[in-house]
Amino acid sequence: MAKYSTNEFKAGLKIMLDADPCAIIENEFIKPGKGQAFNRVKIRNLKTGRVIERTFKSGESVEGADVIDMEMQFLYSDGEFWHFMVPDTFEQYQADENAVADSVKWLKDQDICTMTLWNDSPLSVTQPNFVELSVSETDPGLKGDTSGGGGKPATLETGAVVRVPLFVQIGEMIKVDTRTGEYVSRVKE
Amino acid sequence: MPIKDESAWQPTCDLKYLRLRAQMLAEIRDFFKQRSVVEVETPLMCQATGTDPQLDSFSSLYHFSPKDRQMFLQTSPEFAMKRLLAAGSGSIFQICKAFRNGEFGRFHNPEFSILEWYRVGFSLPQLMDEVAELLLKVLNVKYKADDIYKVEYIELFERVTGLNPLVFCQQSYQSYAENNAIADAINLCGDDHSMWLDFIFSYKVQPTLADQSIYMVYGYPAIQSSLARINQQNSAVADRFEVFVNGIEIGNGFFELSDAVEQEKRFDKENKQRQGKGLVLVDKDELFLSSLRAGLPDCSGIAIGLDRLLMAVTGSSSVREVIAFPFDRA
Repeated sequence: MAKYSTNEFKAGLKIMLDADPCAIIENEFIKPGKGQAFNRVKIRNLKTGRVIERTFKSGESVEGADVIDMEMQFLYSDGEFWHFMVPDTFEQYQADENAVADSVKWLKDQDICTMTLWNDSPLSVTQPNFVELSVSETDPGLKGDTSGGGGKPATLETGAVVRVPLFVQIGEMIKVDTRTGEYVSRVKE
Repeated sequence: MPIKDESAWQPTCDLKYLRLRAQMLAEIRDFFKQRSVVEVETPLMCQATGTDPQLDSFSSLYHFSPKDRQMFLQTSPEFAMKRLLAAGSGSIFQICKAFRNGEFGRFHNPEFSILEWYRVGFSLPQLMDEVAELLLKVLNVKYKADDIYKVEYIELFERVTGLNPLVFCQQSYQSYAENNAIADAINLCGDDHSMWLDFIFSYKVQPTLADQSIYMVYGYPAIQSSLARINQQNSAVADRFEVFVNGIEIGNGFFELSDAVEQEKRFDKENKQRQGKGLVLVDKDELFLSSLRAGLPDCSGIAIGLDRLLMAVTGSSSVREVIAFPFDRA
């Protein structure tokens, strides 16, 4: 893998740090008029998701990380692994619990998501920003209530729990913003 | 540099800032006219340049058949202006471009505007007062005399960190770094006292200098004396100060070193540091050294970064916002 100098650091660049793949968020050049130049860099550890700050001497080089994003289709889970497929090539990947993390609660079979691969192994899975899922369990709503105020918890077919307006019924499809975990609307089938 | 962006020909600064820059320059010239300080011009391209290992010059070849001659773009007009002072010019100022290779970021552009001036017969405190007057004039209604703080480097450094900046105790510096989220300093700075001071000052001290403030920090540790004299009463500190507007460094002032022998020693020492870092050695500026031997009058001088000053005037967060065409659009 290529090496990158601090001068090439920019948002999105993937580098290796302490043996983990990381993505650069922000890079600031710091130099006192009569002193040593540093680069103060904000970095996301792609394995843990944690954001850290590191300082490099300006001009220092670090190893790049072989990290790519790929659209994949979620196939099924066997309990231990989650299986995905590249639609164009039919190539399959299995991701473990660490890689899929919270994203699985939004994924149902056939859904397309973004898989991040590190050295060709699944590193993380990112679900679409919006998903449409059916309600499998919720308290029966009050007839005539259309205000949406208040709300109630509803369990979706994937197991995720979201707050929905009182009028939402079991079996209905709803649209959810996965970034906030919030109900957006009902979906007409 | 490949240009993909069809709008990249346009200036990055708001056009009204062009006018504010012109106004700032006019105010500076007016300020010095009232004080009978003469505006001068010196070459930006010279046969020699500074030895400071922290500064990297642009160089170019002058085609002078049969032998090319290497020329350097100046990192500041200091040496040539001191030659004028030695020749008897009296107090002088210059507004020009300065060039520093490899410095590009939110607060840096490799080609930038500088205001440099020298006051013959001024002590450092006198120059600090004049800098304050100039800044209040240029920053006009935005800042008042109450916003100016003069503080000793040692006092400020100790107050913020509890560390003594003059005495290097690697162990206490390291434990400070560990306990204050700058553990990277331990490997980067190693046993380099000066680098530790730069690191801690940049990360921990500077951020404590408030918004809406003009700080003049004086009495830098002697190991960071640069081209300043060592203080006569206390040889552990140099007669050097820095100016910070809203925590951003905008200038460096010295009671100027005039001892040719000491100056040559510092050049040699810096070249040795360059050698240690694997940098190219820089020829000493012999014309400048000759002028010191002929006699530089006692004087104090300062260089101020005008792009950063304009940032303070306009409340900008990056030099891009005040420069028409920064490096990547030059």
